[in-house]
Order: sequence, then structure tokens, then C-alpha cells
Amino acid sequence: MIEVRNLVKKYDNHTAVDHLNFVVEKGKIYGFLGPNGAGKSTIMNMITGYIASTEGEVLIDGHNILSEPEEAKKKIGYLPEMPPLYQDMSVTEYLRFVAELKSIPKEKREQNIKEVMSTTRLHDVKNRLIRNLSKGYKQRVGLAQALLGYPEVIILDEPTVGLDPKQIIEIRDLIKSLGKKHTVILSSHILSEVSAVCDYVLIIDHGKLVASDSPENLSRLMSGTNSLELTVKGEQQEIRNALALVENMEDIIYHESIVDGACDFSVKIRGEQDMRENIFFALAEAKCPILKMQPSNMSLEEVFLKLTDSSQEEGGENSYAGNV
Amino acid sequence: MLAMYKKELRSYMTSMAGYVFIAFILLIMGIYFTAYNMQYASPDFGMTLSSVTFLFLIITPVLTMRILAEEKKNKTDQLLFTAPVPVWKIVMGKYLSMVTVYLIPVVISALYPFIMGRYGTVSYSMAFTGILGFFLLGCAQIAVGLFLSSVTESQVIAAVLTFGVLFCSYVMNGIEGFFSDTALSSMIAFAVIAVVIAFGVYQMTKDMVLSSVVGLILVGATVILYIVKASVFEGLLQKLLDLFAITNHYDNFVGGILDVTGIVYMLSIICIFVFLTVQSIQKRRWS
Repeated sequence: MIEVRNLVKKYDNHTAVDHLNFVVEKGKIYGFLGPNGAGKSTIMNMITGYIASTEGEVLIDGHNILSEPEEAKKKIGYLPEMPPLYQDMSVTEYLRFVAELKSIPKEKREQNIKEVMSTTRLHDVKNRLIRNLSKGYKQRVGLAQALLGYPEVIILDEPTVGLDPKQIIEIRDLIKSLGKKHTVILSSHILSEVSAVCDYVLIIDHGKLVASDSPENLSRLMSGTNSLELTVKGEQQEIRNALALVENMEDIIYHESIVDGACDFSVKIRGEQDMRENIFFALAEAKCPILKMQPSNMSLEEVFLKLTDSSQEEGGENSYAGNV
Repeated sequence: MLAMYKKELRSYMTSMAGYVFIAFILLIMGIYFTAYNMQYASPDFGMTLSSVTFLFLIITPVLTMRILAEEKKNKTDQLLFTAPVPVWKIVMGKYLSMVTVYLIPVVISALYPFIMGRYGTVSYSMAFTGILGFFLLGCAQIAVGLFLSSVTESQVIAAVLTFGVLFCSYVMNGIEGFFSDTALSSMIAFAVIAVVIAFGVYQMTKDMVLSSVVGLILVGATVILYIVKASVFEGLLQKLLDLFAITNHYDNFVGGILDVTGIVYMLSIICIFVFLTVQSIQKRRWS
């Protein structure tokens, strides 16, 4: 659907985007994740054709954004970081203007505006001036604008910034439902958001792609081995002996527990096998009751920090860019 | 293009700017009309029109300052330039909406000769030629304002720039008088212009060799031409500066002459500045 090849953007001496390559497939939700100033907005502005790249090219469904801008831009709906709203227009006026600007055929326009308004729940405010709307509503008007004409790709730059928790949940649900029909690309520096909404995560730091995979794979791959957190009642040595009988144990680390008469262990397991049942039976045989057992994959947060930190130290040379 | 045109027209008609613009033109023109044509009973409407050209200095910035500067400031240009519409259509839509707003007072002023006609003999063809010239003059100045609004984010700077440029153009006759019209001074001025062009080339390309070659060729050509035929240079600087005096090209219309070179000149000014506006927007995307 979208192909980004060798994309570079330079501002004088500063390189905002550095030789970026990736492919976006149809019908999935993609998340750009990166700290502030990582180049997420610049990348989005280049994909949508707002600014031109210094090098490289962006293909939207086979159309180059710079040489065939009209065909390519028709397939994109874009909500920039700051919603591009005219303060002195009412919501309906504004959406009519955008619909006409996007040259949606006249007979479909009103219908389309109505549908988009009901998706983004704007009916209550449709005759109010945009200037008088709250931040959440303004964001929704921006989103409605991006949806007009049902473009195949919807690009959202930090869609939930500045919203209250309830609105964030609403917008997230909306994005998820959009993902069923459209290809969605969103950017965020909030990890929980990306892992909650996206099928695929592209981690970007200093204008480079540091990692790209599904959220689950990323956290699994980064932790390397399966690991478990255990709280078991009994003596340390006794439990160790029992655990030693289980296969595929790589490492057993003891921690002091807050529970009286119990021990905490971090257990690392070789390979991909699920050893939880074996551990249960081994400890049951030793008459050591398990109080808690919990898989502890590295959270996306840790993955993110690890990746963005290490790429800073090593200049991104040994960065991991997976199944792009 | 139509969407942009309608949007801008509506925004002029729902805000102060459009009405201030129209009212101001009508007020000034009404005062001069009453004074010249009513009180003095002069049948020459062209005189009234040529006396009010100064009002463009004040009124053009009112109309043009926000047209592109505001879009950039509020980042609404992101919507316009990511929409499947070429930049020139957006610029044209905006320009035509301003021309339409300007057309309203012009059409109203076209009624004045008929008022005069009730009290005496008026040459309607002369009066309407004058009005056509007045319209074209306004269109050309609006195009200048449009371009200057595209180079900055600040409406105030856009307004001041527009005022400054139009003022220089307005007093260009006086400025021409500063320079002597001998061939030698004209030649020196052109040599200076050649050096400035070379410097401009250097600023754009950062190529020392290319810009010095361009500079040397231009200066050389000027000097050689002076040696071969000095008479070419007599008054040439004045002719060049005259190109920037937009109002001068309007004088023939006022006299009742349907001046084709004047029409061509005004249309060229419009085309050049609309083109420059598109280029300045494009350039911003690439830098």
C-alpha cells in the first residue's frame, strides 16, 4: 500500500530522517513510536506530500507522491499534529469545504459528511463555530476531515495528545474500528497506546528505524528467553532442589519475598516451550505450594527504552530491524 | 479551485476585512466624486479615479495580508497542500476571491457616470475605460499583496511589506528623478545591477565559478554595449524603473485611451506575481 524507499530529510546540517525504508500493507494498523523529536511528524509530512524529501521516494499504491501528487493524495486522509481547522467556520461548513476540496462528487457529499459525523459523533455540535469547541471535539473534527471521502490510508499524527482519559479511549476505539476498513498509520510517544491499538509497531529514533514488528513479538524477542516470576511457600533450598528436576531450566534467581515463609524466584527457561505445568507438578511433589506464577515478558516500554538507548550509544549501527 | 474560492469569499463576507475594504474604497471615491464631479461639475470621471489611486496603498494590505500568512500560522496549509489539488489552483482560488471582493466597489463606482449623465453630457466610453483601468490596477496590486503574504507567517509583516512595495511603486516617478539620465550613469547603474544579479546567483547556487562567470558576462556586455553605442543607455535606467511603477501604466486609461500595452502590462504583473506565489509555496516544501 505504502512503500517508503531510502527516505532522507535534511535541514541544513541536521538530518531529521535518515535513510528510512519500510512497507505498509493494506488493512492493518501501524504505529510509529519514538521519543519527541525522533522524526515521526517529518516522516508523516513526507508521506502525505506536505514537504518534499531530500532523497528517496514515497509510493502510495504505486503512485509517487511527488511526481503524481493528485493520484497519491486522493488515497490519503491526514490528521496533522495540530488539526488544520478554520476557527471561524462551523463544523458543517468546514466539512463541506473539505469535501469539496477533496473533490468528492456533489451527489455523494452530503451523505458522506453525515456518515463521517456519525462515526466521529459530531452531530451535537454540527452548527457550532469550531473556535468554541473543546479540544476533544476539535480533534474529532480533524479526524472527521481525514475520513472524508473514505481514503484507503488514514494517517494520524499523535491523535490522542491533549485529550482526557475518556476521550482517549473513545478515539482509540474509533481507530480500531477504522482499522477494519482502512490502513491506519498513527504516531505516538505513548507506548500503551501503540500496544493497545496497533497490529504493527515501527520504533523510530533519530530519524532511523530501530525496530519493527508486532507488539507481542517485539517484547518476546527482546526478552530473549521465556521467563517466569514465582512466589512459592517453603525453604529456599528445598524449592531449588525441586525446580532443578524440571527440564530446560536456564537460570533460577532467588529474591527475598514479602510473604512470610515464602521465597520469590525469577526463572528463565530455554527455548519456546511452556514449562509452567512441569514446574507446578515438580513443586507439588515437593509439597511446596505455589502462591503466584506469572510470565514476565519484557514490556514494550522496556523494549522501547532499551532500543532507543542502545541506538544512541552505538549510533544505531547494531540496531535491530526485523521483518520489515 | 472552486472550493477555495467559495471558502475565501465567504470568509471575507463574514468578517470585517471584506467590508472595511469595500467601505473604504467607496468612502474615498465618494468624497472625490462629490468634490470633483458634483461640486466642480467636471465631466471627467477619470480625474476622480486617478486621484484616488493612493488608497490602494492602505487598502491592498487589508485585503491581502491574511490570505496566505494566516494559513501558514494556523497550520491549515497542511490541509490545503495534502489535499489532492495542485498548488496553483489553491492560489488561483484565493486570488480570484480577492478580485471578486474588489469587483464589488468597482461595479458600484461604475454607476457614478450615470449619476453625472443626469446633469450633463458625459463620455461614457472614456469613463468606463477609466474604470477598466482602475480595476486592472487594483488586480495587479492585489497580486503583489498575495505574493508578499506568501513569504511570511505574520500578517503584520505581510501588511507592512505590501505597503512598502506598493509605496515604492507609487513614488517611482520621484525616485527616477534621483538618477541623472546620461548614458554613463545609466551604464554604471546597469553594471551594479549585473553584480547584484551575480551575487543573487551565488546565494542560490553557492557556486563561485558560475556566479563570477555570470557577473563577468553581464558587466562585460554592459560595458561593451556602452563603448559600441552609448546612446542606447540614455534614459534606460528610467525606462527600467518605470516598469516598477504600476500606477504609471494606468494613466492612459484615465485619459480615456484603451491602452493595449497597459492591459498587457497589468496582466503580466498579475501572472508574474501569481506564479511567484506558487513558487514561493513550492520552495518552502523543499527547503
